[in-house]
Amino acid sequence: MSKLVTDVICPFCGTLCDDLEVEVSDDGKQILEVRNACAIGATKFLHSQASDRIIRPRMKQDDGTWKDVSYAEAAKYAAKILCEAKKPLMYGWSSTSCEAQATGHMIAEQVGGIVDNTATVCHGPSLIAVHDVGIPSCTLGEVKNRADRIVFWGCNPAHAHPRHMSRYSIFPRGYFTGKGSKSRKIIVVDPRPTDTASLADYHVQVEQGRDYELLNAIRVAFKNGPLPDVVAGVPKEKIYEVSRVLKSGRFVVIFFGMGVTHSLGKNHNIDEAIAVTSDLNAYTKASIIPMRGHYNVTGSGQVLGWQFGFPFCVDLSRGFARYNPGETSSNDLLLRNEVDACFVLGSDPGSHFPNKSVQEIYKLPSVCIDPHMTPTAAVSKCHVPVAFVGVEVGGSCYRMDNVPIESRKVVDPPAGMLTDDEFLKLVLAEVMTIKGAA
Amino acid sequence: MTEILIKNGFVFDPTQGIKGDKKDIAVKDGKIVDKVSSSAKVIDATGMTVMAGGVDIHTHVAGAKVNVGRNFRPEDKLQAVYEPARGVRHMSGGYSVPTVFKTAYKYADLGYTTVFEAAMPPLYARHTHEEMRDTPILDQGAFPMFGNNWFMLDYLKNQEYDNAAAYIAWLLRSTKGYGIKCVNPGGTEAWGWGLNCLTVNDPVPYFEITPREIISGLINANESLLLPHSMHLHGNNLGNPGNYTTTLDSLKIAEGVKTDNKFGREQVLHHTHIQFHSYGGTTWADFESKGPEVMDYINKNKNITCDIGFVTLDETTTMTGDGPFEHHLTALNHLKWANTDVEVECGSGIVPYVYSKDVYVCGVQWSIGLEMALLAKDHMRCHLTTDHPNAGPFTRYPRVMKWLMNQESREALLHTMKNEDKVRDRSSLSSIDRELTLYEIAMMTRAGTAKALGLADRCGGLGIGLQADIAVYPFNPETDGNDAEKIEWAFGNAVYLVKDGQIIINDSEIVSNGNKKTYWVDVTTNPNKQVERDISEMFTKYYTVTEKNYDVEEHAFMKNPFVIKVDATQ
Repeated sequence: MSKLVTDVICPFCGTLCDDLEVEVSDDGKQILEVRNACAIGATKFLHSQASDRIIRPRMKQDDGTWKDVSYAEAAKYAAKILCEAKKPLMYGWSSTSCEAQATGHMIAEQVGGIVDNTATVCHGPSLIAVHDVGIPSCTLGEVKNRADRIVFWGCNPAHAHPRHMSRYSIFPRGYFTGKGSKSRKIIVVDPRPTDTASLADYHVQVEQGRDYELLNAIRVAFKNGPLPDVVAGVPKEKIYEVSRVLKSGRFVVIFFGMGVTHSLGKNHNIDEAIAVTSDLNAYTKASIIPMRGHYNVTGSGQVLGWQFGFPFCVDLSRGFARYNPGETSSNDLLLRNEVDACFVLGSDPGSHFPNKSVQEIYKLPSVCIDPHMTPTAAVSKCHVPVAFVGVEVGGSCYRMDNVPIESRKVVDPPAGMLTDDEFLKLVLAEVMTIKGAA
Repeated sequence: MTEILIKNGFVFDPTQGIKGDKKDIAVKDGKIVDKVSSSAKVIDATGMTVMAGGVDIHTHVAGAKVNVGRNFRPEDKLQAVYEPARGVRHMSGGYSVPTVFKTAYKYADLGYTTVFEAAMPPLYARHTHEEMRDTPILDQGAFPMFGNNWFMLDYLKNQEYDNAAAYIAWLLRSTKGYGIKCVNPGGTEAWGWGLNCLTVNDPVPYFEITPREIISGLINANESLLLPHSMHLHGNNLGNPGNYTTTLDSLKIAEGVKTDNKFGREQVLHHTHIQFHSYGGTTWADFESKGPEVMDYINKNKNITCDIGFVTLDETTTMTGDGPFEHHLTALNHLKWANTDVEVECGSGIVPYVYSKDVYVCGVQWSIGLEMALLAKDHMRCHLTTDHPNAGPFTRYPRVMKWLMNQESREALLHTMKNEDKVRDRSSLSSIDRELTLYEIAMMTRAGTAKALGLADRCGGLGIGLQADIAVYPFNPETDGNDAEKIEWAFGNAVYLVKDGQIIINDSEIVSNGNKKTYWVDVTTNPNKQVERDISEMFTKYYTVTEKNYDVEEHAFMKNPFVIKVDATQ
């Protein structure tokens, strides 16, 4: 016999689907089947069942081999390197619960760490643009129930957020959108003919790195201003047509991704995309939503916000919170050799950061807290495997539209395995002992 | 538990009619008692003012829009010193949208112990609770918003009042909310299409119900559910010249409605930040105060309470569930604009704002708030707020007290305004020589607010048996008189603060993060299959979270949840 756990939250991407059904064995130890999830989400659940999973913390020996240690020893090591460092980098926080993030921040406050999350190599430019021009936005349910004009700009949900289109944006039949995809016009702006673009009514093939120009041209077109024959590789007739389609909608929503945040212009592209949205509100209703990647990167920005007032790149090393992306952002710090210890939880900079930054991590005293064996774990001095959040332990998570959802525990973690929050509490206790505050 | 004796202070407590008498206040086991043993810790309050801990009825300190305000205004952190951690205190910063830690420490310095978050979008309830859980010291609660909720629009339009009440009870339980908040009824739903409702008779697009029906329906539902707090209204047409007629229309809806509750609450309608709703004129050019007209109506109608929303003339961050208003505001001041529309339920917007004393409209707004408070006849029904942070940060409460208690300080400020004559001309403030007393201030800041919230049996006073929330201010009413600067300093720097019998501030230093509570109201209604079916259908078809994932779990998201149980089965 098996049990069915319903309303399970998928701890993979920012879409944060909450309708998964997971079949588990009667003793609650084994996942048998995952339903409703996309291929990536299902794999994440099933991956926790791997027979060769690492279940004990390990320290790297001088000869490069790993030696198993206890959680207590690993916590002692982590506390020691954090306390000895002048400017420890505490990076990640995007694939874990808000509870663990909060505990991590208390450690950072004690040791004067720099807390940064994956936005630093992802939607950081969006956050900076929001400082400049704000953000008119809405929840994904508003998109489902009202939106009749959907723009995907520099993002490819067909691959990166596989259920986004069916749950929220293209296909669902909502309250005022009873005809589903037939009631919507889809515009995809992407230099490549992606799988998402194949679903579009209008695929605008912008020249790579020319998003700013195109966004600006659309704003001109809203006002029926003059345009050159071709802007950013797009003929002006197409730009006028797209802007007419947008203005004629009842409710427009723009989703955007790495294609705009990390191409030439960065945060300025987003400034302009938000300005397009604001402008549209003079004619109709419009919103803009960043396609956040990790399932709880949004939560990390939220917790940092209510505790320290800034969404990422928070430098606590001077005893109070400072924020200056470019100076207090992970890669800038690593590339300037300013960091003297590295503590990674809930992300894999070994895969996402430039090679030079990863080399720097390799040289530093370092801890990597991650259920998997990742490239980051491989270059770290200490690897602490923990239970999977959203599979083996619950906790609060924030969807890409900032809606908080409490993830669920589905199965038990392997015997003796700690959750990341439990491990962080051990580290915090050790830090307090070292600081003489316990 | 420890015993405490606060000796020899000048006590102000409107709940017992004590007007500055020298008295001792005894505390045991977290409650106020008539006497304690000789081993009690003695706090010498000689020459100081003693009041119950402050109770804020309307402030925006926790939740989704507050955090958007923090995250989208890094510059706000530069407006005040970012304080490092020390002792039990975490590092804390921010000015108009402070971090949760700074919110708690600053409220404590002001002698406040209970603070109600004024607008909780139900879908974001978990976020609001997470922030309240992380806010130390303060007892808190939050009002979920109902005025644009599709269930309410539907039920009230079809006059299904039992269903409306059953739904409200369900939502309060799911979101762990405290009472019924109604923001721009119908207008925020209209904003889903970029529209608004500016009078109580404008029909809501598609739903074909008027704000009048929504307000009336919610007031009646509130009374049928016997809730501790009344319906809490932010009316239509906020902030526009000439809106006082809409305000009077809204207030009149409460006429003839009788209150029904066991909590000592006497009002059926609380109109919040009434200052923003008392404007005359037709454009900004002939903008003027209609504060006296609105306050006159409130004075005459005992079943209404209000808070003012004093403009403090600071740079601040406006944030409200009134989405269309914020869009209107960004068009006025051209500063950055954030907006979040929430599926099925409500919306919100955020725009920074600079209230400059040299802009005549701001000067008039400032005058209207003070004018209304000074014309109020019953300060148990007229409360002190700045609608933090909309009209100004809560940290300016002491400055507002100064203006209310000292005419000279009002005159001095008026005198420095660039458009002094115009400002004087557009309101009656300069003709009012009334100066409020500390007793009246205590009504506006604790006794009146606690009563309106239905918490008079717990806080807001110093009577025997009440929760021991006590503030001691370095202000000597005998020798300090109404020294303006002394007032502003003293009421922002409590020397001692006791909460639930625990010393939070000792000798001007925060020594404990306390043991905060979170209030919520659990109403039992008759089982209602229809509403259960409607809720399931809405989640299956139109929400993007499942019904099971909507409920805010007490154990995970609340610190010391304190449930007020109400039986409304009849």
